[in-house]
Amino acid sequence: MKSPTTITLAFFISLALAAAMQTSDADLSKLTGQIKVDGSSTVYPITEAVAEDFQGKATKTRTTVGVSGTGGGFKRFCAGETDITNASRPISTSEAQTAKTNKIDFIELPIAYDGLTIVVNPANTWVTQLNVAQLKKIFSADSPAKKWSDVNPAWPSETIKVFSPGTDSGTFDYFKEVTLGKDGNIRSDLSVSEDDNVLVTGVAGDKNAIGYFGFAYYAENASKLKLVPIDGGKGAITPSNKTIQDGTYTPFSRPMFIYVNAKSAARPEVAAFVDFYLANTAALSKEVGYTPLPAPMQERAAATWKSKKLGTQNWDSAGNKVP
Amino acid sequence: MRAISIRTRRILKNRAFLALCLFSTSATILILALLIASIMVQGSHFLFNSDALSAVFAHGELSQLTKIIRWEFLTNFASRFPEKAGIYAAVIGSLWVCAICALLALPLGIGTAIYLEEFAPKNRWTALVDFNIRNLAGVPSIVYGILGLTAFTRMFGLFGTDKNSALSFGPDNAWWHIQLPFGQGLLAGGLTLMLVVLPIVIISSREALRAVPSSLRQASLAIGATPWQTASKITLPAAIPSILTGAILAMSRAMGEAAPLLVLGIPVFIANTPDNLNDNFTVLPFQIFNWAGRPQESFHQLAASAIVVLLIALICFNGVAVYLRQKLRNPLA
Repeated sequence: MKSPTTITLAFFISLALAAAMQTSDADLSKLTGQIKVDGSSTVYPITEAVAEDFQGKATKTRTTVGVSGTGGGFKRFCAGETDITNASRPISTSEAQTAKTNKIDFIELPIAYDGLTIVVNPANTWVTQLNVAQLKKIFSADSPAKKWSDVNPAWPSETIKVFSPGTDSGTFDYFKEVTLGKDGNIRSDLSVSEDDNVLVTGVAGDKNAIGYFGFAYYAENASKLKLVPIDGGKGAITPSNKTIQDGTYTPFSRPMFIYVNAKSAARPEVAAFVDFYLANTAALSKEVGYTPLPAPMQERAAATWKSKKLGTQNWDSAGNKVP
Repeated sequence: MRAISIRTRRILKNRAFLALCLFSTSATILILALLIASIMVQGSHFLFNSDALSAVFAHGELSQLTKIIRWEFLTNFASRFPEKAGIYAAVIGSLWVCAICALLALPLGIGTAIYLEEFAPKNRWTALVDFNIRNLAGVPSIVYGILGLTAFTRMFGLFGTDKNSALSFGPDNAWWHIQLPFGQGLLAGGLTLMLVVLPIVIISSREALRAVPSSLRQASLAIGATPWQTASKITLPAAIPSILTGAILAMSRAMGEAAPLLVLGIPVFIANTPDNLNDNFTVLPFQIFNWAGRPQESFHQLAASAIVVLLIALICFNGVAVYLRQKLRNPLA
């Protein structure tokens, strides 16, 4: 549980943010124009919730939210086709380069946290925790562990079945980068699905399976899966809303972002939408099963938006700028 | 003795074959029935009002009859609250895009079929065209999505981007507003679906025309009618019922497609209905796809409810096709 002071603090901060930034309801109803959002399907539920409430107030605008995936969303965003793109990982160097070539400036705003959750079958009695080195053994293309005993000799000599989200998803990119490094390759003999429910079913149906996806999918299927605590160097930590938010669940806590086209941000309807987003994301992300940002990061996001600071800020999971 | 045993064996073989056929048929029907039943059970929560259901069937209160169906599922926009979520935008989008697709694909497809079947000389060129059309009918629809993205959504980048169009007519909110490129608008969707169903329309129309006895054509030509008169007065009227059946089946295919529109990048969440042909839209299969991929069970139920609505729409389409075939059946054909 969160301490009462943190809750009160977060409450007052969000109140202050709301008061400072939110355009009044009467003004919202006068806005017209189109706000085009696309991108990550992981971030989609939050943006959908924001768009639903925003559309309820700014009835004359047309807000649309698509789900092209983080990579697909950036492709469209960097071509200038969308106003805002959802992303479950920061923009990559090559994507930022494309944006630059097309003269697209952007504002990067973190909006919520997600914990990448590693799960095994409930009948799997041997895995009680894993560290990054072990995950690397299981997922790497260079030294793939065929059997559980290849990871730890004490474990049974049975073939590991690996389940992974699709290669176009930000979840895949993030997991790959954290476990295998920027240039690492994930093994190819695994079951891939764009639909996380398929991964849930896959892991729930095979005693020797291992898989990973966003915490929200675990939370809805907790009875069918076994959560694996991850040792990121400071002892094994079980992912939960608390450990994800306070950053102790490393290295798999990750912030999720929206990227706002700077030219679009000058349009009143888009500006009002982003104001509304930042003011309500803490409450709404919780409502749809995600973890709100820690208070300092919320403040930083608000400040970035207020100053319309351009470019990627290279946030790490604690909300600090990485040099 | 021997003759009888051969006869018994033949009868036995006959019965075995009959049993096999019966088994295959019933297995198919059973699987379909199971599928529909499981979807109905899953989808019933958001389709029906349980209070009104029990009022009507258990207590005979007929005044509650219209309240059995949860109309708000049909008239609400998508929402994060499953109880408030509806498919209005998706239904309207599907209807619009299918109407556009039909208006474009049917004249083009049927016209092509008439030319190829009635007028075109039988040479290498027409054989090549025929071969290609048949191939195109087998191309996965997602490939047409990629073509649609380049040709209609972006128009090869010739007219700027959708948001910054170089060529647009009329104010943004006018019903006659139109701009190039089409972006993720209704026209882009309709045209892409047209690409998907065109080969099907052409092939089924050609089959229909080919089924018209050639004696009819020869008789018409023999009494001095021109090929055009023969085609318009004799062949086409005789083939119309089958052509329409094929056309309607092609339309139900268009209604069920999600993949090509996914490639265009159409949105899922949209809380407006289109005002003009350039407005964004979403379609039922895409909404189903999105709901089915959510972690929460309630959204899977919503997906099932939307599948039921889609199935009912498709059954209606096919029903119309059957009716037209019966109604328009030409005694000549």
